[in-house]
Amino acid sequence: MGWLSAVHPYIPNSDNGIRKRLLEEIGVGSVDQLFQDIPNSIRSNAGLAIPRKLSEMETRRYVEASLAKNQSTRDILSFLGAGVWPHHVPAAIDSIISRGEFLTSYTPYQPEISQGMLQSMFEYQSLICDLTEMDYANASLYDWSTALGEAARMTVRVTERNEFIVPHYIHPERLGTLKNYCDPAEIQIVAVAQDRRTGAVDLSDLRRKVSDRTAGVYLEWPSFLGFMDGSCDEVADLAHKNGSLLVVGCEPTSLGSLKTPGELGADIAVGEGQPLGNHMNYGGPLLGIFACKGEGLLRHMPGRIIGSTTTQDGQQVAYCMALQTREQHIRRGKATSNICTNETLLALAAAMYLSLLGPAGLAELSAIIAKRTAYAIEQLSTLRGVKAPEFDAFHYMEFTVNFDRAGKKVSEINEALLEAGIQGGLDLSKHFPELGQTALYCFTEVHTERDIDMLRDELRVILGGQSN
Amino acid sequence: MTFAQAKWNEPSINQLSEHGKVGYHAVPTDERATVDFIPKTLRRSRPLALPEVSEIEVIRHYTRLSQENFGVDLGLYPLGSCTMKYNPKVCDLIAASQKIQELHPYQDQKTVQGILALLYEASDRLAKIVGVEKMTLQPAAGAQGEYTGLMLIRAYQHDRNEGYRDEIIVPDSAHGTNPASAAMAGYKVVEVRSNPSGCVDTDALKSAVGRRTAGLMITNPNTLGIFEHEILEIAGLVHDAGGLLYYDGANLNAIMGKAKPGDMGFDIVHLNLHKTFATPHGGGGPGSGPVGVTSALTSYLPVPTVEFDGKKYYLDYNKPKTIGKIRAFHGNVAVVLRAYAYILLHGAEGLETASDVAVLNANYLAQKLRRVKGFSLPFAEGVPRKHEFVLSASQLLKETGVSALQVAKRLLDFGVHPPTVYFPLIVEEAMMMEPTETVSKQELDAMVRAFQKISDEAYAASDRLKTAPHATSVTRIDEAKANRPKTMKLTWRSPPTTA
Repeated sequence: MGWLSAVHPYIPNSDNGIRKRLLEEIGVGSVDQLFQDIPNSIRSNAGLAIPRKLSEMETRRYVEASLAKNQSTRDILSFLGAGVWPHHVPAAIDSIISRGEFLTSYTPYQPEISQGMLQSMFEYQSLICDLTEMDYANASLYDWSTALGEAARMTVRVTERNEFIVPHYIHPERLGTLKNYCDPAEIQIVAVAQDRRTGAVDLSDLRRKVSDRTAGVYLEWPSFLGFMDGSCDEVADLAHKNGSLLVVGCEPTSLGSLKTPGELGADIAVGEGQPLGNHMNYGGPLLGIFACKGEGLLRHMPGRIIGSTTTQDGQQVAYCMALQTREQHIRRGKATSNICTNETLLALAAAMYLSLLGPAGLAELSAIIAKRTAYAIEQLSTLRGVKAPEFDAFHYMEFTVNFDRAGKKVSEINEALLEAGIQGGLDLSKHFPELGQTALYCFTEVHTERDIDMLRDELRVILGGQSN
Repeated sequence: MTFAQAKWNEPSINQLSEHGKVGYHAVPTDERATVDFIPKTLRRSRPLALPEVSEIEVIRHYTRLSQENFGVDLGLYPLGSCTMKYNPKVCDLIAASQKIQELHPYQDQKTVQGILALLYEASDRLAKIVGVEKMTLQPAAGAQGEYTGLMLIRAYQHDRNEGYRDEIIVPDSAHGTNPASAAMAGYKVVEVRSNPSGCVDTDALKSAVGRRTAGLMITNPNTLGIFEHEILEIAGLVHDAGGLLYYDGANLNAIMGKAKPGDMGFDIVHLNLHKTFATPHGGGGPGSGPVGVTSALTSYLPVPTVEFDGKKYYLDYNKPKTIGKIRAFHGNVAVVLRAYAYILLHGAEGLETASDVAVLNANYLAQKLRRVKGFSLPFAEGVPRKHEFVLSASQLLKETGVSALQVAKRLLDFGVHPPTVYFPLIVEEAMMMEPTETVSKQELDAMVRAFQKISDEAYAASDRLKTAPHATSVTRIDEAKANRPKTMKLTWRSPPTTA
């Protein structure tokens, strides 16, 4: 190895001469001496068993060679949603969130030097409250599923009850995460049936299941399967009359036109902020939205909250973390949550996205998504043996496509679609066997009507060339 | 060098709003999409209250705000236990590939062989660095890694009919997330004290372990920056009692290539990729908190894990004993890939160099700063620190009335971020400092000069010190006002209109 490659470009003091000067100044003979308190029995004398370093150019080539084997949703036509949805990310967002001042900063523990991110998070919280019509929002949680887990635990803290009711058609990964947030707190998760025809929560089943043990009732709007729940008002009513909290899970672009969690009577709103200006990134990082109503609930809210205040001389508006006594770095074992690192940079992207689109832009986005969804339902319904959607309700962005009468499995259909460069919808047959051979398809503004026509035509060929 | 942060006095984005403006069109130009596509009964009844601004206003607004924010790219950021090292730019460039950004987590696995291969390799390298059998990349951050680890302990012990184990032991110097995660996972938190040399008091530990011990959470080196040299004995005590040993990886930057947690007896390890593996912290996130386990615990890991069958990579959901999901999908993939690029750029020798120099820099700074009047280095003065150290300003407070917080605020004027203050709790007027390996000697010396100047000012009872900071975008903030019910303002609609 040549002399220069021993010096590391990211490690200014890696040069032997500089190291020697540092050591001399503090009277230490060698760097190794600084490690002599590590007992020999656990010292790794052989070094690390990983490959030797690559240069920047080599690293880039190596990773890019591997990445070239991926076919992204730009290379193939994808109709996957189910918790992560394809949208165009405005260039302005990637430009701002790459700025080192934002990107390379830490949690704003010293507010005077971190006003930029603090103000941005105050704006994010305000924008989320405007969007959801809730009173307070935190500065983000990890994703929708963990936000739901935290919401369930919060309903239990507030009501001192221990059951949490969820709809039957819930995202399996969301339910799985919820279980891991509930189990240790001994919270029972109770599933409520949904009408097989409309998808709406079965009110008589809900009446049977709410009790003085019910801490919270969870409603999804839109549901995991894309339909809007026709009994949402009754669900809210039932929950509140029973002294339970209503938790509403929402997909944020839909709120450009659809009723908000606040209007539905939610005490807590959760959701996935990825559609607001964040890339899919193979499913992470994501952005957990969390908001609540009323000061009573605010004190129980998990996560970081930014407040607006002034300088001590009262002369200038300024921002800092608020209500930190709820958080782990102050409250330790008695904190409302263990969360520390959150998804701030994605929240900044979301704040920018909502600002860029504005009220008219977001309304228009939700309208085009509704239009595409309606068009796709119309087109796929022309196929023989296909039922799209399964549920008789208004669908937003996603709907189920059932292939039972076509006599083909979703897995076979998706294999065949992929050969034509199309990624079909998510196979639901394992998660919800009662739905038969059903897939969940997603349509957003990134899909053109021509894309949908291509899907329709390809499905027609795969299913045997017949129309209804 | 004089530091002066931008002072834009920037209004809120909603104050820039004017009816009729827009910053981005989501809808194709020739297309009309109106609210008529949505049934009346489902529509929101009140109009959206978002701001109306054009793209240039959004860009200027957030560019100005970025200038009122301090990051590693601007200067020294020695927050203890946060490992604010430089984030190599090529890692961001790699993560910006559309072959990552535009991948959907449910795509057919034939179409994502490239990313699965990289995740598999990343997982393998991380496991080798810490000396464990297998990793999960799913946890979103360090605290979630802790929670995952505790759920693994829980599943393992329940499986062995040891559900009665309901106590997690943490040292009094532990990170706040440790007790918070343990409580959240349903455990009773038992705190053990540190001994005069700053390490876990093994006698106290002996009396704390027992039949109810589920495990011990500890970081090594600890938050004082001191290596727990009795770690094998500690591990023995915990294991003998039937408990498991959990490694909080926040402080791994000290020991890469020097000692592996796996060799110290740890059963579970979490890593903070946004610390040791240089992924940018984004003002608070995203992070990534992979968790590694020894062979006894692999069958409990969350699903899916990334596997390789000799021909293809695949996601394995078939784990009967799995704890299931800890979050949706496969983890913070874009963060993991940055970390893997960082590992590639360093290799075995580079990571060890990183630890070497991180420790050298910390000791250099510790030795220089403890000699500054008013400051001291409590606990085990003669023992070398690792990647970080905790300075105490208690003498300064006693002699001049200037607290660690005031020192921190004055440091801002020198264009450096102050250390973590008032943590760990076992040191009075604590200033916990972690310079990392990516700082130069010149910067370290500038930090020493800043401390010397502040000490001089303190002993001269300078107003400049008491009224600091001066160079930041705002002067000292009234944090109490932000928390008093009457003045609290948590959104621009405050007080809320729906309450």
